[in-house]
Amino acid sequence: MTGDPPPSSPHDPGAEHALRIERRWASVAVLIVIFLIVMAAVAGVHQATMPQLKLELVDPRTLHVSGEFIESNLGTAVEPDGSVTVRAIGQQYSFVPQCIVVPTDTVVHFRATSGDVVHGFLIDGTNLNTMLIPGFISTATARFSTPIESHMPCHEYCGVGHEGMWGKVKVIDKAAFEKLAADRRRLTCVD
Amino acid sequence: MLINKRLILAHFWLAFAGFGLALLLGEWQMFIRSPLHAWIGNPELYYRSVTAHGSAMAYVFPTLVAMGFGYAITEAALKRPMIGPRWAWLGFALVAIGTVVAMVPVALGHASVLYTFYPPMIGSPFYYIGVVIVVIGSWIWVALMSVNLYAWKRDNPGQPVPLAMFSNVAGSYLWAWTAVGAAIELIFLILPAALGFTTTIDAGLSRVFFSWTLHAIVYFWLFPTYIAYYTIVPRAIGGRLYSDAMGRLAFILFLIVSMPIGVHHLFMDPEVGSGFKFMHSVFTAFVALPTLLTVFTICASVEIAARLRGGKGALGWITALPWRNPIMLATAFSFIMLGFGGAGGLINMSYQLDSTIHNTQWITGHFHLIFGGAIVIMYFAIAYDLWPHLTGRALASFGLMRLQLATWFVGMMVLTFPWHWVGILGMPRRMAFYDYTDPALAAQAASVIASVIGGAILVISGALFIIVLIRGQLAPRVDAGPYRFSVAVHEPRRVPAALNGFPLWLALMIGLTVVNYGFPIANLAALSNTAVPIVPVGTGR
Ligand code: HEM
Ligand SMILES: [Cu+2]
Ligand SMILES: [Cu+2]
Repeated sequence: MTGDPPPSSPHDPGAEHALRIERRWASVAVLIVIFLIVMAAVAGVHQATMPQLKLELVDPRTLHVSGEFIESNLGTAVEPDGSVTVRAIGQQYSFVPQCIVVPTDTVVHFRATSGDVVHGFLIDGTNLNTMLIPGFISTATARFSTPIESHMPCHEYCGVGHEGMWGKVKVIDKAAFEKLAADRRRLTCVD
Repeated sequence: MLINKRLILAHFWLAFAGFGLALLLGEWQMFIRSPLHAWIGNPELYYRSVTAHGSAMAYVFPTLVAMGFGYAITEAALKRPMIGPRWAWLGFALVAIGTVVAMVPVALGHASVLYTFYPPMIGSPFYYIGVVIVVIGSWIWVALMSVNLYAWKRDNPGQPVPLAMFSNVAGSYLWAWTAVGAAIELIFLILPAALGFTTTIDAGLSRVFFSWTLHAIVYFWLFPTYIAYYTIVPRAIGGRLYSDAMGRLAFILFLIVSMPIGVHHLFMDPEVGSGFKFMHSVFTAFVALPTLLTVFTICASVEIAARLRGGKGALGWITALPWRNPIMLATAFSFIMLGFGGAGGLINMSYQLDSTIHNTQWITGHFHLIFGGAIVIMYFAIAYDLWPHLTGRALASFGLMRLQLATWFVGMMVLTFPWHWVGILGMPRRMAFYDYTDPALAAQAASVIASVIGGAILVISGALFIIVLIRGQLAPRVDAGPYRFSVAVHEPRRVPAALNGFPLWLALMIGLTVVNYGFPIANLAALSNTAVPIVPVGTGR
């Protein structure tokens, strides 16, 4: 839309100067990038929140008949070491169990998978967030410090009923949880 | 000197027509799932619409813009008629046919799988075949860009390839290799299932192939915008490009590092181990580099323009810029949105921060801001700048253009800021309905209404855009003169071979992708019994 100003020679001192400024900026940019990488590495070493290490397979066709995801084994289990393990599956268009109950101040291991298509697993208000891919087991570990009641929506499109796929998570006081756990093998808060 | 004007205009018109229709769908979606509308009754209609909106906006629209702009650059930068216009028309026809083949089943509700088509959901085979036809049409463009570049180099030995053409060809190579991931997924995994040859599919492996495409496609969308930053903006505002070499370097960096990073889309997935997730997140950090370099070079070029216009002072020069010039305005808006969007991107790329917002509405807000905002506003600028040269008619509605750009910017802000916010509050993406009477969701209602208003502003802006272009086609004839690109402060007389051609960079691009994807893919492919039953989608199946 407008004309060009006159050109200058590539050998004038201006060219040298321009190059110097440009190099300086490029170095700053590289430093920013290095800083980001170091930050990621440090967070990784300290295991702040890290992706699951192992790849675990499971056949969605036999989920219901054998293995750890059979219906009677879903829900929250107390482990000998005092931690708890939550097993859940996502399927069109609900979670089993629909309501997960876990204690405060306890290491909680989540193990979940999908019985059909890809689903999402997100506990609102926390950073527990993973994908449920048929054929694979997703794992995550958490520790809740305060009792909360949260939604647990499926956050990946899984078909026409996707908008109705909302589970629930209740984090309850550790003592109350232990009382509940005394006479049941697997706990849920489905009523 | 533009010769194949009709070819280029056809690309732009089809692109903008699709864009205009998809824009209406976008606003409809936002309205449907807002508190302003009750339960939709048939949620399938919503997913149908999202599939159409996403496929049109992500695949068809930017591909046609890149192709049309690429042909324009070829003729204007190399200053000679393009080789292969018939092939180019064939490519155009394939994109148009592919779009129809894909969109008919979508409209009928036979392929509501969304543009990411995550298996084992499987829709009508015609949807996937249509997408493949679109990609094949675009590969003809890739081949033509290459042919034209090498023919010109043969006739002009030792001459620097004009920056516009260099970056354009880089973009075409990036696209060629980017599309391979999704093409493999479609041809070898999805289509056999969609056509009924198999009843199972490896869902994890499909996602890995798709991630190869999913990240770098973003840079394919972004290339026309960056090419405009470097080769249109400085000229249009009466300045000079600060550095030609830096432009080449930035485009080369995009070519190399935008593919081997796609696994960051699988951060939360169980089928890729943590080692490769870390590798990809390191490379993801590198991809910030070409953008940081570009921001510097373009700001410096703009400052040159301001000082040539008598601008003074450390920041006072900003007031000397030609703010009434639509290209200047678009660039400023684009940079602001790029700044916010880039900051959001830094959050997405770190595993720890991503875990709070992954697949929430934050993500949709993010890519609307950066793609629909920062990138698309420069598509408008490109169209405005090229239009008189394509139509041979004056494009004189400057006031309307400024209004259009300003409403696009304001609309995007009003649409996407609340959209990010509800994501932080935990609103999951891709849902036809939210129960705002639930106390936990009630706080999101006002924000979603704000987004509906932002979307309405965007629809008005989109309509203004089309009006400006139509008025341009009806205006009195003028001679727009030759189409020119920016001149650098120090125009290169000779350029090192590495910055003037691609063999080394293509080898690196392919090599790095093979290194970073080879193991995860081989690992998954080697596992037996990871295939799961397909789940057909759509009415009448
Ligand atoms: C009036 C302006 C727009 C509005 C109101 C709008 C709204 C929406 C909505 C509501 C969704 C579905 C999100 C969900 O269900 O989670 C969506 C998806 C999408 N939009 Fe837009 N949009 C607009 C413009 C654009 C533009 C300009 C582009 C790009 C050029 C774009 C690209 C996309 C893409 C690629 C998707 C697919 C997302 C997916 O499948 O999750 N949109 N849009
Ligand atoms: Cu779902
Ligand atoms: Cu990405």
